[in-house]
Amino acid sequence: MSDFKTQHEAWQQKAEKAASRFPERREEFKTSSETISVNRLYTPEDVSGDYMEKLGFPGEYPYTRGVQPTMYRSRFWTMRQYSGFGSAVETNQRFKYLLEQGQTGLSTAFDLPTQIGYDSDDMMAKGEVGKVGVAISSLKDMETLLDGIALDKVSTSMTINAPASVLLAMYIAVAEKSGVSADKISGTIQNDILKEYVARGTYIYPPAASMRLITDIFEYCAEHVPNWNTISISGYHIREAGSTAVQEVAFTLANGIAYVDAAAKKGLDIDKFAPRLSFFFNAHNNFLEEVAKFRAARRIWARIMKERFGAKDPKSWQLRFHTQTGGSTLTAQQPDNNIVRVTIQALAAVLGGTQSLHTNSKDEALALPTEESARIALRTQQIIANESGVADTIDPLAGSFYIESLTDEIERQALEYIAKIDEMGGAVQAIEQGYMQREIQAASYQTQMDIESGDQVVVGVNKFRIENEPKPELMKINPELERIQSASLAELRQTRDNAAVEAALKALRQAAEGSDNLMPHIVSAVKVYATLGEICNVMRDVFGEYTPAQW
Amino acid sequence: MSQHKIRVLVAKPGLDGHDRGALVVAKALRDAGMEVIYSGLRQTPQQIVATAIQEDVDVIGLSSLSGAHMHLFPEVVRLLKEQGADDVLVVGGGVIPDEDIPALKEAGIAEVFTPGTALADTAEFIRANVQKRG
Repeated sequence: MSDFKTQHEAWQQKAEKAASRFPERREEFKTSSETISVNRLYTPEDVSGDYMEKLGFPGEYPYTRGVQPTMYRSRFWTMRQYSGFGSAVETNQRFKYLLEQGQTGLSTAFDLPTQIGYDSDDMMAKGEVGKVGVAISSLKDMETLLDGIALDKVSTSMTINAPASVLLAMYIAVAEKSGVSADKISGTIQNDILKEYVARGTYIYPPAASMRLITDIFEYCAEHVPNWNTISISGYHIREAGSTAVQEVAFTLANGIAYVDAAAKKGLDIDKFAPRLSFFFNAHNNFLEEVAKFRAARRIWARIMKERFGAKDPKSWQLRFHTQTGGSTLTAQQPDNNIVRVTIQALAAVLGGTQSLHTNSKDEALALPTEESARIALRTQQIIANESGVADTIDPLAGSFYIESLTDEIERQALEYIAKIDEMGGAVQAIEQGYMQREIQAASYQTQMDIESGDQVVVGVNKFRIENEPKPELMKINPELERIQSASLAELRQTRDNAAVEAALKALRQAAEGSDNLMPHIVSAVKVYATLGEICNVMRDVFGEYTPAQW
Repeated sequence: MSQHKIRVLVAKPGLDGHDRGALVVAKALRDAGMEVIYSGLRQTPQQIVATAIQEDVDVIGLSSLSGAHMHLFPEVVRLLKEQGADDVLVVGGGVIPDEDIPALKEAGIAEVFTPGTALADTAEFIRANVQKRG
């Protein structure tokens, strides 16, 4: 027997004895994923396989250690705070404030009417205008939102899904008006409808029509907007809805497979569109599990793209991702504690090799962030980047017996889920049958039960509470906004060239009824100031609306 | 007291798609022995009240995390009154700042459950406050 084996066994016996005298805190330790057990100790025995095959070098297949050869030694991740509230004027001011504070990219939050394709004066928009993001009903609002921002210098992410085509068209139109051609702009649209059906809820059209719009965008951008990330395949909201870390990876990548399949079916060349696919993950509190999760996701996707889809361009193999810290981990109680949670989560994202990062503000369990809390959130990233030293070498946790073992285990369990979804006919079918939704709901209920029983401690909520907490100052949205937006829309509808609007909408309707790419028609419509609602209503008419079954 | 099971409509008014909380509460109330109907997303106050009356519920639980509660919650109570169904207990939950709660109670929302509320407390409140019906 080798020296290691003898010593290891001896140590195990010693540890058992110690544990019988001083019982361990739990009988079984687990990560946040119910299905992953955590051992007392990890040793070289827990790490298997060939280094080159499983890890390789940064910027090289299978990208476990990162997608770039120098990672943060050349340039830090993009610090991209998601913001948007009230009117386009107010959000434009917040954008400029964040850029002055050293933020390096923009990220736009739209209000719910905008996200669901309703103008601010629509009946369905009542009470929601400007609440969770900025209200954008026409190109006019978009011009105000981006006023004074150099669109050839800054990259802009837009959290928009069902009407992504319309908002992208508006962005292109504003850029062109300011003398920046479409091939010079860069940014991301979320454009990930599958996770809207699963977890986030801002769908409009049924799956087939939605998938067509998405692949139309892939095709259009490959030709006209080459630096635009045409989709951000998102696990973030799946996790927020209560999934485990394993489910987050598995369902996100399964959705990714569905998009690649749809584009291939349309006849697009994989190496033309795949390099512009991007991802969006969550970062929760179980620090080491989160680091392993990002590494596992990169390795799985590289293999899927190379082996399953036969992509040839290394850029098609690379999983590039944005991270946001976990909103659902924040507590309304003792909100200052959230700064600490966000720090742990952000550190996990950085050690996991994220390309860009949003850190949540401490007051987000209560309201939209104030300017002060948004600044602290940005400062958290700046401190990690400039003071902690973790960005000075690439993938510094690699080789940790636990991290590598956990990376393998997350990969194994995620692949099991993906195989099961394949058997069901793919992600679209799995979602239509409610499979992903049921798995997430079961995990979310289990988490809540664990918190209620005290098995899972949430500091300040079920343990370490204080009475009579001071009330923090919260952000308020102007209640007059709905009226102001309605008045400005009424004026727009009177002053624009309505004959041109009608002609553009008619052309769009014809294209939607046929099989033309819809993007050029949408771009023409927004340029003559057809509103978001008018454009989406034409497609509602042609495509119908999605109504989910209840489970 | 009769054997009547408490009937609850858990509803998502407005455009908010965050249904994790609503679904957890629905399941917990079911586990607590109540009959629970879940409305699904994107319900107008009119639709919610129509469902409540049609399903003859004792309680409506409204959930909103989008900040639209000040418009949507009172509207549900107003419509219930208008249609003579104001014996239905209305409670709410979600991301709701403390300072909004007095006005919501004034408008007829019996209780507001904010983040961190124990499920058992919600069930208990409903049991204690639901109007006993024949």
